[in-house]
Amino acid sequence: MSWEAVIGLEIHVQLKTRTKMFCRCENVWGDEPNTRTCPVCLAHPGTLPVPNRTAIEWAIKLGLALDCAIAERSLFHRKNYFYPDLPKGYQISQYDVPLASEGRFLVPGPDGDREIGIVRAHLEEDAAKTIHVGGAAGRIHGAESSLVDFNRGGTPLVEIVAKPDVRSGEEARRFLQLLRQTVIELGISDAEMEKGSLRCDANVSVREAGEKGYRTKTELKNMNSFKFVADGITAEVERQSALYEGGGEVVQETLHFDPQKGTIAPLRSKEEAHDYRYFPEPDLVAVEPPAEMIERARAEIGELPAARIRRLEQELDLDLAFGLVTSGRDELYARVPGDDRRAVANVLMNQLAAAAVEPGRVNGEELGRLIGARDRIPRNLFLEAISRSDTDGFEADAYLAETTVSDAAALDPVIDGILAANPGQVDAYRGGKEGLLGFFVGQVMKETQGKADPRVVNERLREKLQA
Amino acid sequence: MAITREDVLHVAALARLEIPEDDVDAVRDQLGAILEAVGKVSELDLADVEPMTHPLDLVNEWAEDEPRPSLPRDEALANAPDPADGSFRVPAVGG
Amino acid sequence: MAPQTAAGDKALIDTLKLTAEEAVGLLERGEVSGEELAGAYVEAIEARDPELHAYLHVVGERRKGVPIAHKDVITTKGIPTTAGSKILVGYTPVFDSTVAARCKAAGLPILGKTNLDEFAMGSSTENSAFGPTRNPWDPERVPGGSSGGSAAAVAGGLAPWALGTDTGGSVKQPASLCGVVGLRPTYGTVSRYGIVAFASSLDQVGPLTKTVRDNARLYELIAGKDPCDSTTVELPEPVAIPEGEDLTGLRIGVPKEMNEAEGIDPGVSESVNAAIRLAGELGAEIEETTLPRSVEYGLACYYLVAPAEASSNLARYDGVRYGFRAEVDGDLTALYSRTRWEGFGAEPKRRILLGTYALSAGYYDAYYGQAQKVRTVIAQEHAAAFARFDVLVSPTSPTVAFRLGEKVENPLAMYLSDLLTIPSNMAGLPGLSIPCGLSEGLPVGLQLIGPQFSENTLFRVGHALERAIGFDYVPERLR
Repeated sequence: MSWEAVIGLEIHVQLKTRTKMFCRCENVWGDEPNTRTCPVCLAHPGTLPVPNRTAIEWAIKLGLALDCAIAERSLFHRKNYFYPDLPKGYQISQYDVPLASEGRFLVPGPDGDREIGIVRAHLEEDAAKTIHVGGAAGRIHGAESSLVDFNRGGTPLVEIVAKPDVRSGEEARRFLQLLRQTVIELGISDAEMEKGSLRCDANVSVREAGEKGYRTKTELKNMNSFKFVADGITAEVERQSALYEGGGEVVQETLHFDPQKGTIAPLRSKEEAHDYRYFPEPDLVAVEPPAEMIERARAEIGELPAARIRRLEQELDLDLAFGLVTSGRDELYARVPGDDRRAVANVLMNQLAAAAVEPGRVNGEELGRLIGARDRIPRNLFLEAISRSDTDGFEADAYLAETTVSDAAALDPVIDGILAANPGQVDAYRGGKEGLLGFFVGQVMKETQGKADPRVVNERLREKLQA
Repeated sequence: MAITREDVLHVAALARLEIPEDDVDAVRDQLGAILEAVGKVSELDLADVEPMTHPLDLVNEWAEDEPRPSLPRDEALANAPDPADGSFRVPAVGG
Repeated sequence: MAPQTAAGDKALIDTLKLTAEEAVGLLERGEVSGEELAGAYVEAIEARDPELHAYLHVVGERRKGVPIAHKDVITTKGIPTTAGSKILVGYTPVFDSTVAARCKAAGLPILGKTNLDEFAMGSSTENSAFGPTRNPWDPERVPGGSSGGSAAAVAGGLAPWALGTDTGGSVKQPASLCGVVGLRPTYGTVSRYGIVAFASSLDQVGPLTKTVRDNARLYELIAGKDPCDSTTVELPEPVAIPEGEDLTGLRIGVPKEMNEAEGIDPGVSESVNAAIRLAGELGAEIEETTLPRSVEYGLACYYLVAPAEASSNLARYDGVRYGFRAEVDGDLTALYSRTRWEGFGAEPKRRILLGTYALSAGYYDAYYGQAQKVRTVIAQEHAAAFARFDVLVSPTSPTVAFRLGEKVENPLAMYLSDLLTIPSNMAGLPGLSIPCGLSEGLPVGLQLIGPQFSENTLFRVGHALERAIGFDYVPERLR
């Protein structure tokens, strides 16, 4: 039987505003515990929230980038529940009137663009960080106590809820990578999954091909890399399909994906069903985004990544185009001249990426020259040159001239020496084993510490061996 | 709409109030009496009336994104019942 | 410790009589020092507070300025702030509330923190975790509440002025029962930053004073927009310290339901009616009007909205970051539930349960949602009345001060104490209570209600009537 996956993603994007959502403590990552707190974000009695204007504007900007309608009047609500990372006993969030709603996000795929509907994008405050200690490391089970650090508590988050339009783990990964690049380019978030500034939960169900309506879904949490998102969803889709195939039923539950084992296990269920008792936050007034705020946000949105992928796809393939854009290297790609565009793209995606070169600092013309010369220079020299390509004043020709020995007069003594030292191989070559040329090239390279120009070495070796 | 024992226990669990077993019935009776009195609001047909979320017609009250000093950590923890390692210690969740 | 003061100086400082304005005069003319002034109040506290228990915490700061007492929901940096609750025992704030900061900046030394119903929930100050406050007019009776400590401190000569908070009537009603002047300002004119929250959409800080002019001065000091409270506004016009007695042209409405409600003591009606007649003599036009649904549904509406907000506002008391934590050998849920059951008194628990229920799935629309709509109706009814009148009048409290213990066992009877103060509070409107006479030897309060931002009108009318009535605010037994 053929099973179709139905995947609804919920994404949290942590905004990189200077200060928190409702107080003016600095919004920074990695400080000593509880050094970025104040009476407001510690929920001392009587303290009140004051919204961060920039966070509101950035949420609007993200909403616009997701093609959402921006609410004329939006409210904050209280979401009530008890947890030590939630100091007020409620989270200030948005409920029935979010800042942005009814949008769509285009994800280029192998079968053309996929339109993923956006239900809403709303602003809320993040919870604090809880470290479980005393029991099995890192997991809630068996821990004797927990330590709460409120530095992250109250930092601004945008929660994006997508419609269940995603159809595979791979598509979820592409959606997320593209969304990540979008928020980075909007300048509103670092969007690093490892740091938790981009988080993704997935609601997963399956149904038979052609079936209408939805079956029971499970919620997948703790997928803190793109690979885990793809793998976790794929594993869950397989699990559910196999369950139905075997005549079983899917139970609604929250699941935890273990990336090491590739397995999925249920999280402990809370003792009671959630009843968040949402009501309008009486400590805050409504937000009616002024036209100039919306227009300013709109004006700051450049060409979106999806559009650039579609353009690049014309001269490359989808994977290369997607890779260039979602890694932020397509701007450099456009600046690098060269007729072999695939070669340029490949170097950017492979060697340049491996060398952790900062694309924005690279002189495209010079990189183009370097790529053009890559067949003429030793590979290790090429890699070294690539790794230097983001240094100030880097010039490919000068660098290569300085580091390459292409003068026959300088190379001849080396070549002669090697031929003299290997009379057996010389005879074999002359006897027809021309494949031994590589051996001699290798020896010369070793002798010159890789600096010899391979074209000149080849040329001189052939000449001398045929002599 | 009388409030039941189960309702009381459910609401108490939501509110994190551990009502001693012997008090549950008394709490139910008191809540029931008050709910009956406040249920009076349902006499009015207000289908077309907008709820009042705020006494004043204020909108767009916000602050600029400019940092202010945080508390020194010892002050942040000064009132904590169980400070540990620069943090607030609590028993583990669940059990 | 009280300083040694010369007999002559003491004569100048009769704390039972001295108004804040007079105290300012004494300080400005150099007739007494700040030390002597605060010292006189500390002496009075030492003498009379063991009986009255108006204070939870005496600070006795000595600076040049008219000293003030703060209700113990007003956060004061370095000075314990308990909200009258066991759950905040041991909590010492690391910041000042905006009103406390404004008083400090104006040079007002803090005398101390006054008693209250726990988390400002109550009408008698008997709900304090630290024992009740007694009424200076009759220690067998309650001072009203929840700002009963502040009202008793001013009436008993233990503070020249004090701040309270008013959610359903918690400044106006104790002012009425103690024979002092109490203002509940327009919602949004005084910052709530640092005020231990009860019901956010209703809470307002208000002054309790001996005279209307003192009240206007203290209001002027604390009012105005605060960047730390998004729900505040700048006053549309400066506070005018009232003068004169002429009320010509003033239109006073007398809402039938608020003056003829069941449960109003005849003696209360008599004093209030006399004051209304006096207003007419001063030139005001008096006419009967009606607020039918505001009075009939106000109390029910209030007892849904306020507990709902309270159930959320009181969620932060969990024994994690500050305050009381129960001894629990168990998990986090047990810690929360035991801490909160042991830390809160009966009334907060009752209201938390009620409010949680009113917000819970399946009941929101019928209770909280409907109550918010009733609020709209109440606001509209008041707006219609203020198209015709400048001020509405009624008794502040249906009764004079009742006996300690009289209503403790019956929450619904206690709730009725706020029947007349609640409706205008639900609409966010200002109200001023001034003493207008005695019934059974106990003070009666007259409530003046105006439209939003009409404090200057309320002060003007209150001052004119205060002069005309000539009420002696020193409790008879202490004269």
